[in-house]
Amino acid sequence: MSQIVYQRSAGLQDVETHYCPGCHHGIIHKLIAETLVELDLCASAVGICPVGCAVYAGNYLNCDFIEAAHGRAPAVATGVKRTRPNLPVFTYQGDGDLAAIGAAEIMHAAMRGEKFTTIFVNNAIYGMTGGQMAPTTLEGQKSTTSQLGRDRQHHGLPVRMAELLSTLDGMAYAERVCVADMPSLHKAKRAIKKAFTLQMQGIGFTFVEVLSTCPTNWGMSPVAAGQWVKDTMTQYYPLGVIKDVEGTL
Amino acid sequence: MTREIIIAGFGGQGVMSMGKTLVEAGMAEGYNVSWVPSYGPEMRGGTANCAVVISDEPVGSPLVVQPNELIAMNGPSLKKFEPHVEEGGLILVNSSQALEKVHRTDVRAFYVPSMEEAGKLGNFKVANMVMLGAYIAATGALKMETLEQMLSRIFTGSKAPLVALNIQALQAGAAHIK
Amino acid sequence: MQKELWKGNEAIAEAAVRAGCDAYFGYPITPQNEIPEYMSRRMQEENRVFVQAESELAAINMVYGAAAAGMRAMTSSSSPGISLKQEGISYLIGAELPAVIVNMMRGGPGLGTIQPSQSDYFQATRSPGHGDGHMIVLAPSGIQEAVDLMQDSFDLADRWRTPVMMLADGMIGQMMEPIAWKQRPAAPAVDKPWATTGQGERGHTNFVTSLRLDSVDNEAFNEALQQKYADIGRQKTRYEEVDCEDAELILVAFGTTARIALSAARKLRQEGIRAGLFRPITLWPFPTLALQQVAGRPNVRAVLTVEMSAGQMVEDVRLALCGAKPVHFFGRTGGMIPEPAQVAQEIRRILKEEQA
Repeated sequence: MSQIVYQRSAGLQDVETHYCPGCHHGIIHKLIAETLVELDLCASAVGICPVGCAVYAGNYLNCDFIEAAHGRAPAVATGVKRTRPNLPVFTYQGDGDLAAIGAAEIMHAAMRGEKFTTIFVNNAIYGMTGGQMAPTTLEGQKSTTSQLGRDRQHHGLPVRMAELLSTLDGMAYAERVCVADMPSLHKAKRAIKKAFTLQMQGIGFTFVEVLSTCPTNWGMSPVAAGQWVKDTMTQYYPLGVIKDVEGTL
Repeated sequence: MTREIIIAGFGGQGVMSMGKTLVEAGMAEGYNVSWVPSYGPEMRGGTANCAVVISDEPVGSPLVVQPNELIAMNGPSLKKFEPHVEEGGLILVNSSQALEKVHRTDVRAFYVPSMEEAGKLGNFKVANMVMLGAYIAATGALKMETLEQMLSRIFTGSKAPLVALNIQALQAGAAHIK
Repeated sequence: MQKELWKGNEAIAEAAVRAGCDAYFGYPITPQNEIPEYMSRRMQEENRVFVQAESELAAINMVYGAAAAGMRAMTSSSSPGISLKQEGISYLIGAELPAVIVNMMRGGPGLGTIQPSQSDYFQATRSPGHGDGHMIVLAPSGIQEAVDLMQDSFDLADRWRTPVMMLADGMIGQMMEPIAWKQRPAAPAVDKPWATTGQGERGHTNFVTSLRLDSVDNEAFNEALQQKYADIGRQKTRYEEVDCEDAELILVAFGTTARIALSAARKLRQEGIRAGLFRPITLWPFPTLALQQVAGRPNVRAVLTVEMSAGQMVEDVRLALCGAKPVHFFGRTGGMIPEPAQVAQEIRRILKEEQA
């Protein structure tokens, strides 16, 4: 008799995603979905999706969703969480969305200690619009708007959002993770679950930065892209807990 | 009848509250009233003014361009608004601050040394009430009792002793109008 | 009814509280600061939501979030801040979310002045933000009316799933007038099955979005939106008519300017010149039919639109009348307020010209 050993999480809708082969969005969605199921939040959660490749996250995850304007997800989440404080609320944002156009919104949400969770997907590039330079694009990295490579004299150096936001008192928990191999993936899952758990305890703003791939715009194979996250991105964006106020309050 | 009044002076002279007191009393007597302040950087010191309309018909424009009554709390205000007062109108000058005289001969002018009067009562802060008392006496726009009743509603509890002081100020101002 | 003296901005804020506003999000800008100031205290007293946002952009997007969560949400600002909110208003329209936005207009362009103006008429009535959208625009001419229209604003927003703008100016925000708080029943609560409140036992997820990448879908949405606008337009538009029956000249003006125009008309009556006032209260949808009827009467020789702008509403007046009557314009710009005497002089000039 056959036995089910693995199946689609009940936190996901039964649809195919539009993500490219080797893109990590699908994996990150799955980790959020499992978290929602394990914490029994599918019926109550409200997600806010960004402008970027995850613009359709509301069609993939099995919870209510709101599509925000580019960069404004933290403001939208503030509007939801303040009026519905009992609902688990999260934003799902890319690097262009969060670190460029939405820098003010994320900064002030963290500053106010808004009690929602942000999943920050950092793949060092604008994916949906076709591979333009992001605030997180690494030095020397080529993109369609930095065709000779990011130049520190011209563009400045990339921003570490988790560290930057962790200087703010409203930030309760910030961790940087990646999903490029199984041990990392398990750590990422624990981080996301912890962020939601702390949110429901009302401690403050919770933030998980997930280093992610963009094989299409990086011009790499899925395997090479995963390897590049581990070998190159983590050099500039170190993995680990950056801030955790749990137990200190 | 429609009274269109401009009250002008330095910030801090109680110009805005004089206007509010007038419209409050006007409303209590059943008139249609409006109050429009000058606003913005002017609020931070410098000159301030407000436009008050007291009318027995619904207030049209709350903006007063050509007042029929002007209360000038200082020299610059007198200089600025004197030319705009309607022919046959009234100008009430706070002569403690404005040393100039009214040049116009087609308006009625009254001079009230509000600071001196307030000083005699032991509190310079009631200078604006001295001017209001003079205004009521000069125009008969509203009943003195209405203002007095309002004062006893405004100053209650620990501030109740201020009622008598303010009423004295109103009366001192009125006494200057002959 | 007991009358109380209220400052415009504070009265509007209190009216919003009484109209069941669940959440207010704002950002300081003169001349509307008394609204967020008042709300910061009152909303807390009522155990409702007040957030001072980091920008007008953030404030309108907080409104978007609260509205998506099924709440009665509002924001307020003045012209430059409303420009920033245009993005959010377009998204509210695209996601069909109800919300109330107050604009206490000041003179532009750019930073301009903090003095009153009506030069955001186009911005409010044509297509706020990008895309083919509209919102209902209500223009009070005094504080009592602003207070009364606030309840309507929330009710209309819920009923039509649309942003509603109360378009006033710095004068209305800053002035004080006696008002009476009328006891009136709110419209029956509108069911919001689309709201993102957690899927619960609903059996499906809700996704509030303005994204329709498939152009076929997006055109279908746009057609439905236009149908909704046509339905809104078929409802009774609001306007006030004063002394128009025998008028040889009809003044068309809204908000503060309507009061100035009325003062001019009264003055002229004393001279034997018969001027009447037509005052649109709904600026969008514009009371086109009513204006056609009023201005179409045989006694009307000319129409004069008065605005605190270089001439914006006058386009709607001309579109409504289609050349049936001569339409003139008088306006002051940049924060200057037309004076009744100037308007009266303009009327005398026009009537003389029409006679010749």
